[in-house]
Amino acid sequence: MDSMALTAIVSIIIAGITTSLGCVAPALAEGRSVANALTALAQQPDASATITRTLFVGLAMIESTAIYCFVVSMILIFANPFWNYAVAAAAAAAGK
Amino acid sequence: MHLSPDQIVFWQFGFMRLNATIVFTWALMLLLALGSWLVTRRLSHDLVRTRWQNLLEIVVLGIVHQIEDVGLEQPRRYLAFLGSLFLFVAAAALCTVLPGYEPPTGSLSTTAALALCVFVAVPLYGIRERGLGGYLRAYAEPTILMLPFNIISEVSRTLALAVRLFGNMMSGAMILAILLTITPFFFPLIMTALGLLTGMVQAYIFSILAAVYIAAATRDSAPPAQGEPASEPQLTC
Repeated sequence: MDSMALTAIVSIIIAGITTSLGCVAPALAEGRSVANALTALAQQPDASATITRTLFVGLAMIESTAIYCFVVSMILIFANPFWNYAVAAAAAAAGK
Repeated sequence: MHLSPDQIVFWQFGFMRLNATIVFTWALMLLLALGSWLVTRRLSHDLVRTRWQNLLEIVVLGIVHQIEDVGLEQPRRYLAFLGSLFLFVAAAALCTVLPGYEPPTGSLSTTAALALCVFVAVPLYGIRERGLGGYLRAYAEPTILMLPFNIISEVSRTLALAVRLFGNMMSGAMILAILLTITPFFFPLIMTALGLLTGMVQAYIFSILAAVYIAAATRDSAPPAQGEPASEPQLTC
């Protein structure tokens, strides 16, 4: 197995692992925060505006961790610098 | 499959490259500026108003109230900056219903530019409100030991602001492109509607976070007396 195939295999596997693990933790955190916000809403319906606003801001902050993992895996798949280097090296080797 | 609208190039001359990001950014700016100019050309003060003036008043007053809720006492001062940020990001997300349109916020360069605007604006407002010494003292706020961490947080939250908006808009476009190849007709419609919601939430988050950062930079940290009546529970039936 040459280094190019190894780069491709490792990139794809790591991209999948990054997204899957990076989605588990934010999902648990979002579930907790929504559950707590619903409890607070049931107890204090008057404060619904504040709770909802804070909930949305917090959800976006939590979700951004999942988004970071997604961006990293997208970079690994579509804009991988090591893969580009391997392709360039292979092209240079073929040109000689 | 392309990762960002940077890769759609319309016109190229030497090193100058006119890609979809620039084109759609300028189109959005033209739309917002021309629309606002057309509406505010003839403002009326009496009870009879045009519907467009009503629309603008609702938008502007809504933004003012939201900025006020964050904790900035004089929201009109920050309205121009925060309101433009919100309107640009929201318009960039809402125009995705138009065919052939790519949101310019789906490119990391646009969101990095917006985040850099926030990065520059926060110290500017902070120095204007509290003076240079007062603003710089806030970095060493609890103890001087926190100085490097405060500086790191300043940089990392700018990065987070840029990557959050980019990731959300890019993932929406990418999921749509993937779904179009799998289930062509019905399901992408639902995802487009979901993308509109996500885009609006992201626009809200972006401007609210900018407002929170500005509020943290401009707030006087002298007394911790926060006996605001807004925080006490309202016991109305």
